[in-house]
Amino acid sequence: MNLRRLTGHAAGLPLKDQILEGRQFGIRALTAFLFILAAIFLLSLRYVYLQLISYEEFTARSINNQVRIVPVPPNRGLIYDRRGRPVAENLPAYRLELVPEKVGDLEQTIAALGRVVDLPDDAYEKFTENRKRYRVFDSVPLKFNLTEKEVARFSVDRHRFNGVEIVPYLARYYPYGELLTHVLGYVGRLDVDDLNRVDEGNYRGTTHIGKSGIERYYENQLHGLNGIEKIETNVQGRKLSVLERKNPVHGDDLILALDVQVQQAAWDALGDRPGAVVAIDPTDGSVLAMVSKPAFDANLFVHGISSEDYRNILNAPGRPLFNRTLLGGYEPGSTLKPFIGLAGLELGVVTAEDRVFSSGQYFLPGVSRPFRDWRRGGHGWVNMQSALEQSVNTYFYQLALDMGIDRMHDYLAQFGFGAETGLDLLGENSGVLPSRDWKRGHYSEPWYPGETIIAGIGQGFNVVTPVQLANAVATLANGGTRFEPRLLYAAKHAGNQQADKIQAPVGLQVPVNSSANWDLIREGMHRVVHGEKGTARAIRPESGYEMAGKSGTSQVAAQAADEDMDETTAAHLRHHALFIAYAPYQNPSIVVAAVVEHGGGGSREAAPVARAVIDAWLSQELAR
Amino acid sequence: MKRLLPGWVQGPQLDVPLLLGLLLLMAFGLFVLYSASGESMDMVYRQGTRLGVGLAAMLVLSQVPPHILRIWTPWLYATGVVMLLATWFVGVGRGADRWLDLGLFRFQPSEIMKLAVPMMMAWYLHPRRLPPEPAVLLVSLVIFAVPAVLIARQPDLGTALLVALSGGFALFLSGLQWRVIFGLAGLAAAAAPALWLVMHEYQRNRVRTFLDPESDPLGSGWNIIQSKIAVGSGGLTGKGWLHGTQSRLEFIPERHTDFILAVLSEELGLIGVIFLFAIYLFIAGRGLYVASMARNTYARLLAGSLSLTFSVYVLVNAGMVSGLLPVVGVPLPLVSYGGTSIVTLLTGFGILMSIYGHRNFIR
Repeated sequence: MNLRRLTGHAAGLPLKDQILEGRQFGIRALTAFLFILAAIFLLSLRYVYLQLISYEEFTARSINNQVRIVPVPPNRGLIYDRRGRPVAENLPAYRLELVPEKVGDLEQTIAALGRVVDLPDDAYEKFTENRKRYRVFDSVPLKFNLTEKEVARFSVDRHRFNGVEIVPYLARYYPYGELLTHVLGYVGRLDVDDLNRVDEGNYRGTTHIGKSGIERYYENQLHGLNGIEKIETNVQGRKLSVLERKNPVHGDDLILALDVQVQQAAWDALGDRPGAVVAIDPTDGSVLAMVSKPAFDANLFVHGISSEDYRNILNAPGRPLFNRTLLGGYEPGSTLKPFIGLAGLELGVVTAEDRVFSSGQYFLPGVSRPFRDWRRGGHGWVNMQSALEQSVNTYFYQLALDMGIDRMHDYLAQFGFGAETGLDLLGENSGVLPSRDWKRGHYSEPWYPGETIIAGIGQGFNVVTPVQLANAVATLANGGTRFEPRLLYAAKHAGNQQADKIQAPVGLQVPVNSSANWDLIREGMHRVVHGEKGTARAIRPESGYEMAGKSGTSQVAAQAADEDMDETTAAHLRHHALFIAYAPYQNPSIVVAAVVEHGGGGSREAAPVARAVIDAWLSQELAR
Repeated sequence: MKRLLPGWVQGPQLDVPLLLGLLLLMAFGLFVLYSASGESMDMVYRQGTRLGVGLAAMLVLSQVPPHILRIWTPWLYATGVVMLLATWFVGVGRGADRWLDLGLFRFQPSEIMKLAVPMMMAWYLHPRRLPPEPAVLLVSLVIFAVPAVLIARQPDLGTALLVALSGGFALFLSGLQWRVIFGLAGLAAAAAPALWLVMHEYQRNRVRTFLDPESDPLGSGWNIIQSKIAVGSGGLTGKGWLHGTQSRLEFIPERHTDFILAVLSEELGLIGVIFLFAIYLFIAGRGLYVASMARNTYARLLAGSLSLTFSVYVLVNAGMVSGLLPVVGVPLPLVSYGGTSIVTLLTGFGILMSIYGHRNFIR
């Protein structure tokens, strides 16, 4: 009874058999212990698996964890003009970077940062897009080129932004702004598409890449080689020590053939008229000036152009984004005549003495509508040289008809018409040099004789680009060596003392039947400027040097060639004025092709531009 | 001489082998903690203080005879359940309302249940014929299911399962027939999908992550991956004390608390792990031995259940660290940095000591 009370047994409950229960418990306890033993054993096997069998793999991963390979981006190569003026520089600047894994709510952080520094409305979206090319715990740039004010404001508020840092870097700067934009192009934020055309490994850490122009064409040379820093980090990616460092190799410095002073002269000479000027050194195919107007300030694109600025550029009159020197297709008009003349002489279609009577109107048998000369009443009897001097259409109508379009095509093709020049810029327009085959291919139509006639004065289907025209003139001026023109003059590799001269490749050597034929044509062009009746005699240099040239008019509206253009014609309907030239006449060192859009007559509007460019160049050459 | 005195004024009732095992474990734990805390002597002191407090609690409890404990049992259990209910309304703590703020200090009622549930099970089964009959079984299930559900609601799934398990162990030790055990296990397995439905999203994520940690290597998979790397890169002999890169460079999450075993594995290697397992195995075995020495059902079931629960802590934590089990917040007993669990555990061992010390009294 006593026992019962003490053990808590209530009355009526069955008595327990403590001995039996104890034995039963012992069995269960032993069973449980064996379970635990088995479980510990199995668990140990797991540790054996991790620590012995997978040891190598996990060791590798643990080393990977502590050691981060951080790219050290190279400094971008600088760009100079041929006189050593820097035209693309790297200036110290600050950018804002953040590690998305460290900041917590990314969208909120960016919104908060937007109150400290100036960020566009879609900063978060842009950042998320950009982030894709970075690895985890990488610091991703949010905003470039902070102003001093922004740097100061952020420094005050820094404690509020964990994982956000101001990082110094070198920002691209184009001191000449819009003057060189269409040549240099610009660098912009590296995006995912850009990575498809470069070695991604070499661009880890690089934020900007050449988007157009020289910056893009010579991207590989300008970029340089990525350096690497092997650093030990903690889990936050904070640098604890540098284990190893491979220094980056900075990009090649490029020296352009371009002369900023000549470029400026061309720019100024165009005034506020849209147009293009290309100047080439005929002795080596290097490009001395390349102006497309209007242009825009490339510096705006370097730090990510605001949509407002971009809209302004896009909507500006004259399409500033459009590079006329490469992409602008113009009817060559009379600037093609020297080449057609040379074709006639070299192919034996005409001789220098053959004469044609210009009555002002030229009739093709069976066609009632006349083909006209630019001067009413015509020029009378003319031979090759006077036909060039006065730009006599009738002479070239007859010559073209005698030669036939296909022979004309084949000869002119040697000067690079209808094909890309191979200039060191991307996106060149190849223009059009028509032939029977070409027309069949493009229009599925036969060739008509009337089309041959107007092709003789560079009209109809003919389309040239300013760079093409300049290169053809260079080929004519130097006696038949057609270079692939080069903007790049020399490149200085990192560590080298001397820059290596870049030789423009020779695209074709035009065969010379008789050099007298070439001299004859060049003399004809000389007379354009220096002859008594020369169409461009107004620009004849007073002293110092002699030059050769040829004007041209590119038809814009469907107007007959005989309708005179004057100041009363609506600007957008006026013809484009073209002029080609080279100088000095005897020993040419510069050729120029100038286009003034809607300028009207080539001699009046474009010739002075060409003259100004030549003056700028020769005054420097003579001063040397 | 001894028999002349009442039981509770006996000299210290200590199981020396068990005490030595615990002291060895604690010392080893402090040694590892020094490294895991980033050589913070401060943390080692604080942990040492906790261990001291826990040891004191153990000594006090070891002097309280089991029959006194048995009288307290229903009250303790009832208090625990009430407090659990209270957390429902006035609970504090980040994310989970596990804590009760009692003005002076906060504490977790679920910690009480880690002791109260096995005690209550033992109390309830003590006077009854074993193995339990169906009605008794049903009541037993309710005894541990109620607090388990309340804790799971907090939500603290890990503790809920452990509390439920401690009840289950008592049933197992009471000699419940194998077919019943398997039947219940089958039922529990069938109920698992239902459990999925009541889980919080973060709990589901833990399970998902456990099933495929690499699917989200930066988010919830990070812990498991980094822990496995730490363990695996330790190799046989480890990278050396204080030289674990995974822990020194802070790749291991919760490295001084739930994942301290990862630090140990990395720095001391497989040898250190096996050594630790051996200590735990010894303590668990000794606990079960103490249980089987006890003379009445209450003491037996309580001691056995506490020992088994202790083992489960070790298994779950070691399984979690090595990526065998999902990440549940179960510390490595007596080694992980943290207060409440140490005191609870050592109090439990105090009960074991008391049971051992009073084994010769038939009460």
